[in-house]
Amino acid sequence: MDRQDIIAAVSTGLTAGGIGIVRVSGEGAAQLCAPLVRIRGLELSEAQPNHLYYGRIEENGAVLDEALIAFLKAPHSYTAEDTVELQCHGGPLVLQRVLEAVLRAGARLAEPGEFTKRAFLNGRLDLSEAEAVMDLISADTELARETAVKQLRGAHSARIRALRDELLEKTAFIEAALDDPEHYSLDGYGESVRPELERLKGSIEALLSSSDDGRVLAEGIRTAIVGRPNVGKSSLLNYLLGFERAIVTRIPGTTRDTIEESCRVGQLVLKLSDTAGIRESDDTVERIGIERAREAVRDADLVLLMWDGTCPPEEEDRALLRLCGDKPALLLLNKADLGLAADPAALESETGRPCFAVSARDGRGIGAVLEKVQEMFRLEEIRQQPVLVTNLRHKALLADAAASLENALETLRSGAPEDFLTIDLMDAYRSLGLIIGEEAGEDLINEIFSKFCMGK
Amino acid sequence: MEKMRLNCITRTDVVVIGAGHAGCEAALAAARLGKDTVLFTVSVDSIAMMPCNPNIGGSSKGHLVREVDALGGEMGKNIDKVYIQSKMLNESKGPAVHSLRAQADKRAYSQCMRETLENTPHLHIRQAEVARILVEDGAVKGVETVSGWKYLAPAVILCTGTYLKARCLHGEVSEETGPNGLKRAEYLSDSLREAGLRLLRFKTGTPARVDGRTVDFSKMEEQRGDDPVTPFSFSNRAEDIARPQVSCWLTYTNEATHAVIRQNIDRSPLFSGEITETGPRYCPSIEDKVVKFPDKDRHQLFIEPEGLYTNELYISGMSSSLPEDVQEAMIHTVPGLEQARIVRNAYAIMYDLLDATQLKHTLECKAIRGLFSAGQSNGSSGYEEAAAQGLIAGINAARLLDGKDEFVLDRSDGYIGVLIDDLVTKENTEPYRMMTSRAEYRLLLRQDNADLRLTPRGYSAGLIGEERWQQFLLKQRQIDEELERVKHVTVAPSAEAQCFLEAHASTPLKSGIGLAELVKRPELDYDVLSPLDPGRPLLPPSVREQVNITLKYEGYILRQKQQVEHFAKLERRRIPAGIDYGDVLSLRLEARQKLDRIRPETLGQASRIAGVSPADVAVLQVYLEKHKELTEGMGSAAI
Repeated sequence: MDRQDIIAAVSTGLTAGGIGIVRVSGEGAAQLCAPLVRIRGLELSEAQPNHLYYGRIEENGAVLDEALIAFLKAPHSYTAEDTVELQCHGGPLVLQRVLEAVLRAGARLAEPGEFTKRAFLNGRLDLSEAEAVMDLISADTELARETAVKQLRGAHSARIRALRDELLEKTAFIEAALDDPEHYSLDGYGESVRPELERLKGSIEALLSSSDDGRVLAEGIRTAIVGRPNVGKSSLLNYLLGFERAIVTRIPGTTRDTIEESCRVGQLVLKLSDTAGIRESDDTVERIGIERAREAVRDADLVLLMWDGTCPPEEEDRALLRLCGDKPALLLLNKADLGLAADPAALESETGRPCFAVSARDGRGIGAVLEKVQEMFRLEEIRQQPVLVTNLRHKALLADAAASLENALETLRSGAPEDFLTIDLMDAYRSLGLIIGEEAGEDLINEIFSKFCMGK
Repeated sequence: MEKMRLNCITRTDVVVIGAGHAGCEAALAAARLGKDTVLFTVSVDSIAMMPCNPNIGGSSKGHLVREVDALGGEMGKNIDKVYIQSKMLNESKGPAVHSLRAQADKRAYSQCMRETLENTPHLHIRQAEVARILVEDGAVKGVETVSGWKYLAPAVILCTGTYLKARCLHGEVSEETGPNGLKRAEYLSDSLREAGLRLLRFKTGTPARVDGRTVDFSKMEEQRGDDPVTPFSFSNRAEDIARPQVSCWLTYTNEATHAVIRQNIDRSPLFSGEITETGPRYCPSIEDKVVKFPDKDRHQLFIEPEGLYTNELYISGMSSSLPEDVQEAMIHTVPGLEQARIVRNAYAIMYDLLDATQLKHTLECKAIRGLFSAGQSNGSSGYEEAAAQGLIAGINAARLLDGKDEFVLDRSDGYIGVLIDDLVTKENTEPYRMMTSRAEYRLLLRQDNADLRLTPRGYSAGLIGEERWQQFLLKQRQIDEELERVKHVTVAPSAEAQCFLEAHASTPLKSGIGLAELVKRPELDYDVLSPLDPGRPLLPPSVREQVNITLKYEGYILRQKQQVEHFAKLERRRIPAGIDYGDVLSLRLEARQKLDRIRPETLGQASRIAGVSPADVAVLQVYLEKHKELTEGMGSAAI
């Protein structure tokens, strides 16, 4: 493993908590953070280990946050490496800014579970904990990938794929010409490819800046409310939004043109997505039908499945239940104020889903639902981290891709031969691939053979 | 009464089966390292035969030949003796993709290699077909010929090329022969299967040869060689091997050619279903090209002499398995070939080969100690790929007998490392050809510095003689000293300097500048700048070339070196041979199956297996850390 590497990540969950910690670990962590940290009267390198200092996090003169700063000297830290902990105010956006500053200063974004992995490799954890560590690494990486794919479904990932295809095509041409110079000529190719590389770099930079738009603020538990028309979904939404109306935030989505509604439940933020047809009339929902519900469930972290409690479940209700698959889902029997026809306890054992009698009109039972949600997601708190990581990971990778293209353009400007180009183009290709969870593997070789007629 | 057979057992150190390009290198390496070596061939007259193209080298293959030479192999020396044209490809590109290719006189190539073999102590040539390999308790014991003679040896190297159960096809004609009508190896496939090895079956092909007297060269473009040539072998200087060269000729197919092919495509065994094996994508038959690339209105054909001893010409670009009447008709549509008479038909060949993922990087079978395999029988294609593997297998066979450690090149050491790693790691479904795009660190793996990279390895292996070693050390020292000197040379903005720069369309100086900085300018180089560098010592061209490249591409080279450092971290982490992947919890099922099947030797190799994700590698890494005492306790040879 790479012990010289300095890694950083937000090591508290991405909930709207009071404090969030950016942890920086590795030999030289203090030197790396020093330019970002202002403590009155001393440099970070002079700070006493294991003391807490009050100071500010700054980057290029701009104050990012006030923070409590601790320098933990190896081996007296979680990872048993030199560690700097920046205890910031807990807003996800602030944490993200601070983390990005640390990454720009030279740290690498920690992989999921990497602090723990280092703790283990440095002998901080004993052997009996090893299996758990492996599970964590494996699970979190899978979760991160799943999250990445989820976030990138649709237009965003299609754009990245299109960028990759273009890069691959150009690289393949150059490589085909190098491998078979008698069949393909590169004369003048450098000049013709330059404007295209500039355009590609521009596209990547545009993606990069769009990911800055505070999207993370909107992150929370993606919650889908699904149910037949007229079952009371809109009422529930209105009730939830009214529940703590003061902190309802409206945030323009960055990859969609829709509005997302968030509501805070204890330490958690529920993100009630428009995809459930939340603000639309039930008639519209009916038209959109089961396909729309399927999509909403697929993208959701939590499903609130609503049935009309005053009548026995219909086939459509059961279809929606099946749709929930292995997603965390709660079954809400609405209209409890009108008297229930079904028994929640019986349905709970029948469906295997926690079942609640509620009334979206007068609010009865909803408190219990929210308690249940908190209980479910408290255990998941540690797993919230990859959501932020994923975003930052994407940004880092996009920045890498843009930098590789800049290197390629620099190569063109310097008049170096075309074969130098492909090294940077493939680097960019790989970085973009990591965003959508695809590796390079044999892509280039396959592209060469499919597009170019090679050989003797 | 039955007659007693006389002694029919021979004891030796190493047995090499097959005397093609892999077999020759393997046998030479083993014998030169002092091992008594028996080299089997079905025909002594076909030693080092070139049954396909009449050239050695080419893009990235040229790198392999230079590396073979740098390690003390024979191919580079042999082609230098018999080349009839030589050319450095991609000269206008960066130094990483310069690649040498030489046309060979085929008969001379074969003859010269045979002379070398015959004059190498410890090496014995034997014409016989090997029918069985003898295996006991997971180790090879020797081989048995069709006549029942046993050759007992602790190391056996399979270099069976395309001979195992080979079948040649053109049109409706199918013959059970090896290349060029030679006898195929009838029995060995079954013996390998009995030993528990997995075999595959591939297809490749070769174009027709025509009579040079019937070709009209005035309708073709002449392709000449370089003057002066660059030798393949680092032990030769250009002037040592200068000789008159012959030309190759360029012509093209056209719509008429393609029409003939399309009209008769149903008679091709490729399309009729007679051939089901996958052929190589980099070397498609002409019918493949026409079908796959219908938009291309012409394809290049290079007409190459087969040697000085013959009129025969090789039609490069026209490999085919169409029937001979169609072959003749399509050849006659090509400008310059209207009257051409075919000497030999084009044909496709199918053959058995080893699934190379059963091999270690030494090319020894993981499951059978002492059994090595090299060349086309490992799923590669090309003379150069074969020679490279033969050399590595030969060295390792000798080292195994001496109880020495493994001789392995990794992906950052050379194209040979890339080649072998790809063969033993990836599940190839077609003959594997070397390509520069397969080498991740190609700026470091140049053909010009193969000696600097590998000759110290060849020397420590025992294949580089003392005289050559001293020459190498001198070259290395001259390069180092000159680089050090140039670092301290500054060029002042004198009138002379400005005038010089102006003459070379280079920006004038504002103040003094390091000579090394000037070398980096694209319009300048080290040699060109000699007028501004009065203190420069007289140095041979090979030294000046290294100084120039090192200075000129310093930034790129540095970046690649950093990538190599990163790569090396996973590469150094060995996986014990006896690991039970069932014990590694958290591995995904697909990864577990792939790892169990291929059994990678290092974490780096594991990370390159298709179907093993970075998360799986992380899991494996933690597992290995946890069981460090286990890893260290087990030798790498443990099975």
